[in-house]
Amino acid sequence: MSTVAAGELLATQELSAYYGSRQAVADVTIAFRRKAVTALIGPSGCGKTTLLRCLNRIHEINFDARVQGSVLLDGQDIYGGDMDPMAIRRRIGMVFQRPNPFPTLSILDNAIACAPKGLNRRGKLEAAERALRSAALWDEVKDKLKTSPLRLSGGQQQRLCIARAVAAQPEVLLMDEPTASLDPIATAVIEELMSSLCKEFTIVAVTHNMQQAARVSSVTAFMLADETGIGRLIEADDTGKLFTKPSDRRTEDYISGRFG
Amino acid sequence: MAQSASRNRNLARRRIIGGLGVGVALTCAVIGAVCLLIILGYVIVQGAGAINRDFLTQLPHPVGVPGGGVGNGILGTFIILGLATAMAVPIGLLTGIYLSLFGRGPIPEGLRFLSDVLSGVPSIAIGLFAYAVLVAPLRHFSAFSASFAFMMLMLPLLVRTSEQAIRSVPQTVREGALALGMSNFRATVQIVIPTAMPAIITALLLAIARVIGETAPLLFTAFGSQFWETNPNKPMAVLALQVFTYAISPYPNWQAQAWGGALLLIGAVFVLSLGARLMLRRAMRGLEA
Amino acid sequence: MTAEPRFRRVARFVSPADRGFAAVVYAGSILFALLIVGLFVELVLGSWPSIVKFGPAFIFSSSWDPITSKFGALPMIFGTVMTSLIAIVLAAFIGIMAAVFLADFAPRWLGQPLSFLIELLAAVPSVVYGLWGLFVLAPFMRTTLGPALQHVLGWTPLFSGPIYGVGLLTGGIILALMIVPTVTAISRDVIVAIPRDLREASMALGSTKWETAMRVVLPAARVGIFGACVLALGRALGETIAVTMVIGNRPEISSSLFAPSYTLASVIANEFTEATTSIYTSALIELGLILFLVSMVVNALARLMIWSVRGSERV
Ligand SMILES: Nc1ncnc2c1ncn2[C@@H]1O[C@H](COP(=O)(O)OP(=O)(O)O)[C@@H](O)[C@H]1O
Ligand SMILES: [Mg+2]
Repeated sequence: MSTVAAGELLATQELSAYYGSRQAVADVTIAFRRKAVTALIGPSGCGKTTLLRCLNRIHEINFDARVQGSVLLDGQDIYGGDMDPMAIRRRIGMVFQRPNPFPTLSILDNAIACAPKGLNRRGKLEAAERALRSAALWDEVKDKLKTSPLRLSGGQQQRLCIARAVAAQPEVLLMDEPTASLDPIATAVIEELMSSLCKEFTIVAVTHNMQQAARVSSVTAFMLADETGIGRLIEADDTGKLFTKPSDRRTEDYISGRFG
Repeated sequence: MAQSASRNRNLARRRIIGGLGVGVALTCAVIGAVCLLIILGYVIVQGAGAINRDFLTQLPHPVGVPGGGVGNGILGTFIILGLATAMAVPIGLLTGIYLSLFGRGPIPEGLRFLSDVLSGVPSIAIGLFAYAVLVAPLRHFSAFSASFAFMMLMLPLLVRTSEQAIRSVPQTVREGALALGMSNFRATVQIVIPTAMPAIITALLLAIARVIGETAPLLFTAFGSQFWETNPNKPMAVLALQVFTYAISPYPNWQAQAWGGALLLIGAVFVLSLGARLMLRRAMRGLEA
Repeated sequence: MTAEPRFRRVARFVSPADRGFAAVVYAGSILFALLIVGLFVELVLGSWPSIVKFGPAFIFSSSWDPITSKFGALPMIFGTVMTSLIAIVLAAFIGIMAAVFLADFAPRWLGQPLSFLIELLAAVPSVVYGLWGLFVLAPFMRTTLGPALQHVLGWTPLFSGPIYGVGLLTGGIILALMIVPTVTAISRDVIVAIPRDLREASMALGSTKWETAMRVVLPAARVGIFGACVLALGRALGETIAVTMVIGNRPEISSSLFAPSYTLASVIANEFTEATTSIYTSALIELGLILFLVSMVVNALARLMIWSVRGSERV
């Protein structure tokens, strides 16, 4: 198991997460490699989403949610008393399992929903174009920027959400099974996008699809719920190594399809 | 053989009873619809004759002088409804936001209970309240006190619907906004409420439809007026009140005008209900997508 | 290893904008709560002189005489209860039957327009019902319906005596018309919500569709339907203007349904602006307080029953 590597952009230390009195994740310590894709894999219900949501403090908007331990962003604990969760969320963007464009905003306004304020029309358009280009969506929507995002296909909507997150110029991008609700072609587009985005961003992506993890990630972390249903990190390693020579018996069982 | 014959007869009898029963049920449903058509028919036939330009634009004439209209009552209705809406929407929306964001626990439950209680309070009791807080202390009737009563009548529907509308905006949309680093304030005002807007407007239209023909609380709040009154601090004419006073008056001319006023009220209510229906359809479509 | 788990309780509204937002939201909600509490407090304060002077006898005394300042609510309570009972008996039968038809038997092309018309009936303003009752129903009662009823049932005290046109029965019928939509709409929703398999089980046992509706569906829906009726009853109890126009406005208790009467709400509507003494005003406000309390109890009851079948969804 890898320990906290000094100098990484994002890392957790003995991170535990609770919903009320129910513990969902226990004692996760992991550092995410800078400007690379780290895949979080594991059977469903093992706490991948919960862990991911702790990384940008979106976990805490759940009623009665609690966190223990720390998450370090550039060496600073984002749960520190003087940290502003909104500022943190601007530095750590998120893409959700199901595309969630803002239904009442146009495609253009979605793309720049949190771009800096005070831009004039040209500035807005430029910001939107930049974001949409980096999400490989510009060519498909440039003629209908003023229309509703709900008319787009699922894959396009998801790329719009990626554009929206990228427009905030974050340092980290969290993705929670970004292709789970998409067809294979849209999935391929998003996977390609992830490979190109990781040149700029540190990406943590949840997937329950091992092939996907193997395709897009350079590091893979495997999580598993113990007998009491509490999710734990079993091991994290270079993707190639984890899938060929896992060091833990349970990882081997999982990747060879013995459960989950 | 004998047994199966009797079973067949029995079945036939049960079928007939069933048919009769459905007939009775159908009749009951039709009675409801026919009653509406009869009332509507009377109001249209009697009211259409009374409606003309003067009726819509003139002041009431004194007893015995033919002609005149309910122009000041129509104006008063708009003023009082406008003020009531201006007060009810912020309070209702804020309470709805509160209930949808902080919805669990004894305090929100208590607030919901109070809101349900209010929705069952007879309008005349609400009129007494408006009288007690805004008329008695100032020692004069006023349009504003009527708006206050209308606001109370509109609030329960607005509170409940805006809570439900805001709740029915998918949690993922709110999370999407928060994940971008928006404040709860911005996420609610800029993203969530616009998504819930069609449903909220539906509720507002229904609330206005509910109070536009409301008469009881007006008797001792707006009180009525013979003039073109636009000052909310003064007694004011209101269409529904005019319909009532004219209806129970002994003068045929006034009674005819009561039918005209009733037609206007029904027209307004139906237009509002129809608008609410269309809005609701839009709201449903927005949430499906 | 830390021994004590270090829990972080997280404030969700931390930024200045959010603090301000939360403050405004709280303020609006508190104002809303204050308005409702204030309504109750003002009614109690306003009726206090009357409560002190007449005590519980107010409810049981049947003299209502402004000149001698003797006030008793019994005739109005009687009139309110009678008109509402007439209304709910009529409306429950028609409304429930209509709901059964709309939920289980109506083809789409018929069911939808019928539902729509019945729901529009709920939107017609009360003063329009009153107008129609005064000029159409009351004369019809005097010349046609009343004499016919008297011809058949005149031997009972309920249908004896002179027929004025206005009176308890006319008031009850107008109220019935006004609450039929409530009964129908809610009952239909409750019936539609009854699980399919219940119906199918009954049909599989060889019942006809009608038998299924009467013996299986209605009993299963009875709590919700009863709730709908109680809710409608609450509306009838507090209805003012329409009843005021056709009740006859006479504070007397009579055994005949044709006799003029008075209701709590209509006394207030008729006499409040003319009340000259403060005790008179106070007595009228106490009538309003009674009305408030009664409709609160009735509504709470109804909502409890409807929730218990519909889950948390509110009516
Ligand atoms: N909002 C919640 N309230 C309570 N428990 C939750 C909530 N969300 C998730 N859980 C629990 O936390 C555990 C982990 O869930 P999750 O993080 O969604 O797993 P995964 O994403 O790996 O499928 C599950 O056992 C689930 O039941
Ligand atoms: Mg998940």
